[in-house]
Amino acid sequence: MTGNSPGWGRLLLLWRLASGDVRRHLVESVMVFVVIAAAAATLTVSLALSGVTNNPYQQTRMATAGPDVIADVGGGGPAPVGGQASGSAGGSPPSVIASLVGAPGVTAHSGPYPYVYSTVRFGGHRVDVVAEGRDEALSPVDQPKLTHGAWLRPGGVVVEAGFADALGVRVGDRVTVGDTDLRVAGIAVTAAVPSYPSSMCHLACGMAVPQDMGLVWVTRSAASNLGVNATTSYLLNLKLKDPAQALAFAADNGRMPAPGSAPVLLYAWQSIRGADGALVQIEQVALQFGGWLLGLLALAGLAVLVGRRMTEQTRRVGLLKAVGATPATVAVVLLAEHLVIGAAAGAAGLLAGWLLAPLLTGTGSGLLGGPGALSIGSSTIIVVAVVALGVPAVSSFIPALRASRTSTSSGLADEPRVPPRRPRLLALSARLPVPVLLAIRQLARRPRRALLNGVSIMVTVTGIVAILASYGYTHPSGGGGGIVNLRISRLDELMSIITIMLAVLAGVNTTFIAWATAADARFSSALERALGASGRQVTSGLCIAAVLPAIPAALAGLPLGVEVYHLLVKAQSLATPPVWQFAAVFCVTLLIVAGLTALPSLAAARRPPAEVLQTA
Amino acid sequence: MSSSGAALVTVRNLRKDYGSGEGLVRAVDGVNLEIARGEALAVMGPSGCGKTTLLHLMGGINRVSSGELWLDGKRVDGLPERALARIRRREVGFVFQAFYLMDELTAQENVELPALLAGRSSGEARQRARQLLDQVGLADRAGHLPSALSGGQRQRVAIARALVNEPHLLLADEPTGNLDTNATLDVLRLFGKLHESGLTLVIVTHDERIAATADRLIMMRDGAFVDEAMLSGGTRGDLGGLRGFGGEG
Repeated sequence: MTGNSPGWGRLLLLWRLASGDVRRHLVESVMVFVVIAAAAATLTVSLALSGVTNNPYQQTRMATAGPDVIADVGGGGPAPVGGQASGSAGGSPPSVIASLVGAPGVTAHSGPYPYVYSTVRFGGHRVDVVAEGRDEALSPVDQPKLTHGAWLRPGGVVVEAGFADALGVRVGDRVTVGDTDLRVAGIAVTAAVPSYPSSMCHLACGMAVPQDMGLVWVTRSAASNLGVNATTSYLLNLKLKDPAQALAFAADNGRMPAPGSAPVLLYAWQSIRGADGALVQIEQVALQFGGWLLGLLALAGLAVLVGRRMTEQTRRVGLLKAVGATPATVAVVLLAEHLVIGAAAGAAGLLAGWLLAPLLTGTGSGLLGGPGALSIGSSTIIVVAVVALGVPAVSSFIPALRASRTSTSSGLADEPRVPPRRPRLLALSARLPVPVLLAIRQLARRPRRALLNGVSIMVTVTGIVAILASYGYTHPSGGGGGIVNLRISRLDELMSIITIMLAVLAGVNTTFIAWATAADARFSSALERALGASGRQVTSGLCIAAVLPAIPAALAGLPLGVEVYHLLVKAQSLATPPVWQFAAVFCVTLLIVAGLTALPSLAAARRPPAEVLQTA
Repeated sequence: MSSSGAALVTVRNLRKDYGSGEGLVRAVDGVNLEIARGEALAVMGPSGCGKTTLLHLMGGINRVSSGELWLDGKRVDGLPERALARIRRREVGFVFQAFYLMDELTAQENVELPALLAGRSSGEARQRARQLLDQVGLADRAGHLPSALSGGQRQRVAIARALVNEPHLLLADEPTGNLDTNATLDVLRLFGKLHESGLTLVIVTHDERIAATADRLIMMRDGAFVDEAMLSGGTRGDLGGLRGFGGEG
């Protein structure tokens, strides 16, 4: 294609028309750009976080002679209060351990090491821990790598690095494990147990609420003292001839508790790596959730914006057709502008996401090394492109199609589109007080906008309720002993950012919809006032018209938020926010909608009706 | 100070300005006027002379910049928007050149609208609208949308709408400006009947033939009155004889 070919000519025409329209509506175009870029950046970060903990886990595994399979014998969680202990109370290791050590494919092992559920008290905190009894000598498999201090000695305790960081202990501090006062001899990392605050079933199974447990290593004698009145279980670390077969080995050799025998739960190193990644995975889920919600909000807001702009372009469409543009050309011209903005915003979102992702990839102090350079893969680019181009395409398609079908003469005459007629609603409204009458008729005039307003509010309420549910789930009353939980604090930060983004975007959407509605209703409102309606009645009518679709939307968003949350985190136990939070979200949403709508309505009501009618 | 007892509308030194400084435009410039009850007044003048603005000021859909405006013995120029809305509901009816009907409402529903805004029951509004549509000869078009009506029919619907709350004053802005001769005759006959029934009419027009049907004619230029003439119809007359239209009078 050369510079003089018809194809270039069409492209030039498209460019001129699109860029000209962007310049004329610069504020709106910037808003569209920012909204799509925010959704794209959020999705980019969430997708870039996939697998970022793999590298640090491998480094830690190498440095600690990490096991391929960990056997939890007689464990499966602390005994329920007043219940039957599942392990042996301070007795000798079960005989099943010998059969595991001798199983085909096992080349080395360490343990069995006894462990008990206990507590650590330090600095006013009291936190649940697993205390594992270890030898003072180094172990051939799973030898925790010291980051500070020295290995175990009598009267000492070594604290897992992630837990030590959260608890704030240092080498030399004195902590109380159970009832025993011990000195912190060292701080170490391991690949045999997920780093705090991540946890696996063998450290938290059977807990009524999700509660992160710390890990400390004590001498065997200290562990047996701690386990005098508690359940003692054993951890056995196995090395396999083929580490890749760890998952299959665990599946073949694990067994659920049977009457009279100790349960044997086996964990492959891949599972522990996955649990270590939970710190980032939960951020990933939160960001994906936020990204899709932001995308939906962008869609709703953009649909209103595009629809409004299309109504302003009736004469432009007529002119284009009058000079020979086909309906298809008209549709492409109208679509192109928004697609170009979407593409630019998508690219900006990708770049911003790539730059922001490293801020969220810290794996905590429980693993060695960092995640290395983040790569934006083709799947990430595809997903972001689908959102960045899909949002403007979907929102522009119907208005563009409708505009392209407008007759040339009516386009040139700038004839307004006749609103749909809804006889039943009109008849019903005649029986209602004046503000409600005006509201119902306004809604009947613009049902699509009411729907989009409702969608925008439903998405926002869904997001806020899901965030409240997540807060309730991650902040159980009395859980965690009040120490810093890296996962929860980072999740809280992220959720706060997503909540602010959702609220701001929903506020922008509602304001924009309110301005568009007030602008569209300018003439009918002026006429209603000329016919005797007061400014207050007209303003109340517009507010009610905004609040009416918001009521079912907000009501739908309440249970939807809880469901979406459970779907995303696959939570076993329901964490439903208290009723007062539901009521507060519902009422505040409606108040904000009414308030944001009242502003443009009041501004419009200040203009004398004659001025509006004369410019109509 | 009060208005003349017999006058329905009294205007004293009325001004309406748009803009400020060098861009100031005085649309109405120190107008004085009294309109008697039952009088038909025509206001003529070139485009942009301020006649429509004067009409809007009298009807309370625009704010005066200075001066006094009395309606039915009450000063209304300084009233708050809510009180003005009440006046528009009860005292005044508007007829616009472009009809300004709601496109999605039928003729019947358009006429009902001011009655509903005035707080009448839906049944009462419906009954009153039917009665008025019958009076303007559109009973058989009550269920039609504006798009299915001719220009003359639309204007008759607009007149019925203006009358639904039984106002004392009907303000008509170029009511026949968009109509052909036959439709103009229909509208003028209708105004004639309303005038006979004692309604006070103010008609802004470009058309001398329309103006000739009134009791009194006022000429405007640059926002001010430049001439005034009593016409043949008289205050209790027959709103002229529709002379110039070839009508039978």
